[in-house]
Amino acid sequence: MTAIYAYFLTLPFAAVIEPHLPVLQVVVPLLCAPICVLLRHAKLSWLWATIVTWLVFFIALVLLGKVLAGGLIIYEIGNWPPPWGIEYRIDAANALVLVIITAIGAITLPYAKASVEKEVSEPRIYLFYLMYMLCLTGLIGITTTADAFNLFVFLEISSLSSYVLISLGGSRRALTASYRYLVMGTLGATFYIIGVGMMYMMTGSLNMADLATLLPAVDHTRTVLAAFAFVVVGLGLKLAMFPLHTWLPNAYAFAPSAVTVFLASTATKVAIYALLRLVLTVFGGTDLFNVTHISLMLVILAVIGMFAGAFVAIFQKDVKRMLAYSSVSQVGYMVLGIGLATAAGVTGSIVHLFNHAVMKGAAFMAVGAMFYVVGSVRLDDLAGIGKRMPVTTAVFLVAGLSLIGTPVTVGFISKWQLVQAAIELGWWYVAAGVLLSSLLAIAYVWRVVEVAYLQAPPEGAALRTEAPVSMLVPMIVLAAAAVWFGIDGDTTLRLAGEAANALMGAAQGGKP
Amino acid sequence: MSGLLAGLQPAELMQLTVIVPVVGAFAILALGRWENLRDAASLLTASCLFYVVYRLYPVVAAGGRPDLVLMDMVPGLSIRLTLEPLGMIFAGIASFLWIVTTLYAIGYMRGHHEENQTRFYFFFAIAIASAMGVAMSGNMLTLFVFYEVLSVSTYPLVAHHGTDEAKRGARVYLSILLTTSIVFLLMGMIWTFTLTGNLDFVKGGIFKPDQLQDPLAGILLALYAFGIGKAALMPFHRWLPAAMVAPTPVSALLHAVAVVKAGVFSVLKVAVYVFGLDLMAATPSADVMLYVAAFTMIAASLVAMRQDNLKRRLAYSTVSQLSYIVVGAFLAHPDAAVGGAMHIATHAFGKITLFFCAGAILVASHKTEISQMRGLGRKMPVTFICFMLGSLSIIGLPPFAGMWSKWYLALGAASTHEYIVVAAFMLSSLLNVAYLLPIAIRGFYSNPGPEPANAHGDDGHGNGHDDAHHVPSTVSFGISGIEEAPLFSLAAICVTTAGCVVLFFYPDALFQLASQLVAP
Repeated sequence: MTAIYAYFLTLPFAAVIEPHLPVLQVVVPLLCAPICVLLRHAKLSWLWATIVTWLVFFIALVLLGKVLAGGLIIYEIGNWPPPWGIEYRIDAANALVLVIITAIGAITLPYAKASVEKEVSEPRIYLFYLMYMLCLTGLIGITTTADAFNLFVFLEISSLSSYVLISLGGSRRALTASYRYLVMGTLGATFYIIGVGMMYMMTGSLNMADLATLLPAVDHTRTVLAAFAFVVVGLGLKLAMFPLHTWLPNAYAFAPSAVTVFLASTATKVAIYALLRLVLTVFGGTDLFNVTHISLMLVILAVIGMFAGAFVAIFQKDVKRMLAYSSVSQVGYMVLGIGLATAAGVTGSIVHLFNHAVMKGAAFMAVGAMFYVVGSVRLDDLAGIGKRMPVTTAVFLVAGLSLIGTPVTVGFISKWQLVQAAIELGWWYVAAGVLLSSLLAIAYVWRVVEVAYLQAPPEGAALRTEAPVSMLVPMIVLAAAAVWFGIDGDTTLRLAGEAANALMGAAQGGKP
Repeated sequence: MSGLLAGLQPAELMQLTVIVPVVGAFAILALGRWENLRDAASLLTASCLFYVVYRLYPVVAAGGRPDLVLMDMVPGLSIRLTLEPLGMIFAGIASFLWIVTTLYAIGYMRGHHEENQTRFYFFFAIAIASAMGVAMSGNMLTLFVFYEVLSVSTYPLVAHHGTDEAKRGARVYLSILLTTSIVFLLMGMIWTFTLTGNLDFVKGGIFKPDQLQDPLAGILLALYAFGIGKAALMPFHRWLPAAMVAPTPVSALLHAVAVVKAGVFSVLKVAVYVFGLDLMAATPSADVMLYVAAFTMIAASLVAMRQDNLKRRLAYSTVSQLSYIVVGAFLAHPDAAVGGAMHIATHAFGKITLFFCAGAILVASHKTEISQMRGLGRKMPVTFICFMLGSLSIIGLPPFAGMWSKWYLALGAASTHEYIVVAAFMLSSLLNVAYLLPIAIRGFYSNPGPEPANAHGDDGHGNGHDDAHHVPSTVSFGISGIEEAPLFSLAAICVTTAGCVVLFFYPDALFQLASQLVAP
């Protein structure tokens, strides 16, 4: 990372651009997106989107390098000092999240080309890439901003564009799924903005760091208590926290494959980050965490979600839906880390944020490739898929093992950290819950494995027909990352530890 | 030959024990199209591996403990390889028997016209690589990683036939092994790590005095003992009989040697290097697990008596014998630990012989049930004689290797005044006699029993007879009435039987290694 930052500084104009990187991260995709409308051409807009997202990914890497080298980056938009102006702050926590979402955004695009051509009608393809870039903009904005209201704006940008993306899915059910998501998502965003409004009412500020110093003085008021509740529930809806997850399975199941890959690995992750930021940094100085017993509530909901999601996943006939329910379960692990509210717990939450993005991205890519070739991802239609599409199925297997959490995959690292955090607190039931819920993952993953490898392919099915290389390479890269960071968990755990410190340190010291 | 690999440090040789089988596995995959070349690659890989392990022996015997820290997996915990005497025993046995089993498998798989042989040899090699990793692991985390790879890589071998029965068996196999390891073992490891900040294998254990009070120590020990599901303590033993749907070479090497011994090996490691024998001896609640193991010893023998399927009977016998080693670990006495370590080797030779014979009977006569085997010894004299000798070694009679380990185990039990355990050893030996010897003796009865209608081919495997290759399933040595299994298989049986005898007369190397384990 620091090497990338050093390399960046050698580029021409680096000195001019460098201070503005935090805002460029948001502005570049935002301004580049409408150009797709001018291009109006499927392949050209794909190329354009690819160039832009890889550029954004590069910026994110540079920013992470800079943060690791020099600490916090503060950027005042238009040179308006906070709390009047909007402020962007990048610390170890959101620099890491930025790298995760831009990396997924970048690696999904090569994959998307063939997949989207198959699943979205040709005249609409340029709109797809337009919305894709807007969605990425929104997600990046949520992550970068240090202004509670600005966060809402980006939340809406990302949500509205993802409604469109989901509705581009082939079947008519994509429309109802998208509509349902729209209703639930709007509710979530509204709850969030009500909470922000109440905080503004009590403090007169929207800047997060400012709020963090002002809120403790008024934290006994009912208004702030209500604000806290609205914010947590609102973000809970966006991150699909059990039992606010009902929009997720259909949205993931009926969206185009590339959209599912992208949203599953980024959208809920960014919402988790927002919850972490609000609860730990903004409300971190207040007593609300203890007064409301939010910790206990989050842990209980997380554990129920872990089991309920995985349990329902076992009975799904459609593999894409199965993975969607598995996401509900996996979100539980991340919420659990927040609920544990120790440095180790939050580290677990963040490291799982990264790990789950990698493994679920790989899993959904594999399933998308199966859909590309077979035309269906119902379990009955996938008999012998291990012989028909050996590489794709192997990628799915790696991702599946990672969902279970077997060693040498990233899932193991997450589980190790979370269980350790729970044991340190002496919460034995929670530790046992984390381990037991992964047994359910064995059940749903192995249903697919048995169908894929132990059933004979149907008569006349072509053997060794893979999806195009442009789809294979991204999923192999993600599967390799799932193994690599499963062995070298040290790197990701240290990064996540620094991120947790950034979030929690800000909480303890007020302004960092 | 002595110059080969001469320039390599012990630490590098240690890495090679894992690398060689993995490279071999991919060579097997690449040569899949040419049967003979592929099987030659299998044999060559096995021989290379044994040579590498053999080169490590003098280092360890001289008191060397090669150590290699590879990389941090989580902060404060690394992937680490360390070779100590117990690992040397396990690696030596597993790598030597791999050569023999490969010989046997070539005869068996061809004679039995099995499909998907390339996949079979590939995963076999991967399984051996992970068993080597288990043997060389220098801390609990490394052991756990290889342990789990071993579980997953043997799944395709158990499910090899792809029939509903195989799928069911494989499902039981994987779910019990993963469940116990993920829920109990991982929990125990992380608990230990939070207490000590360390999971290395250290002589005398890693707990500081008073770090672990009594009832908690017992619970932690139970987490380890049940968590290492491969040690097949009751009630988590069902995976082993379920795994018998696999082709016989798998049952022989993996489910009598590599996989199950990886289990008891891990238990011994935990007892000696994580808890330390002193802490175990000072922990009254550790006795609970001792009695669970003693119960398993007897109960599994009783179940074995009731099995008519030969491989299932042998599987339950293995469950019982594994508990000998667990008892040896939990008696927390040096003699018992030595006995347990030696039993890893002696039982391996005895039980693999019995499985080889069971497979030979299946290939040559398509019989799987003991009740069908009356008089079969007259057709297959070599097989049945070897079966008899292997049985005697398992029972623990001289002049067979099994005697030594039982001797030390019983000695340890007597020294700790655990008379219940002494009684359990005796009773179990009697039960061994009762369920093993009749098989061989009946084989030589003159009048074959009434032939059941389904004697031929109704074994779930016999679908390959119209195979194009027409490899003969039997050899007769030109004597009429003789129908032995293919030569490769027969040779393997003789080698392991000879091993049982040789280890009785020359147990020195084994004993020296085992006593280094507990030397102060």
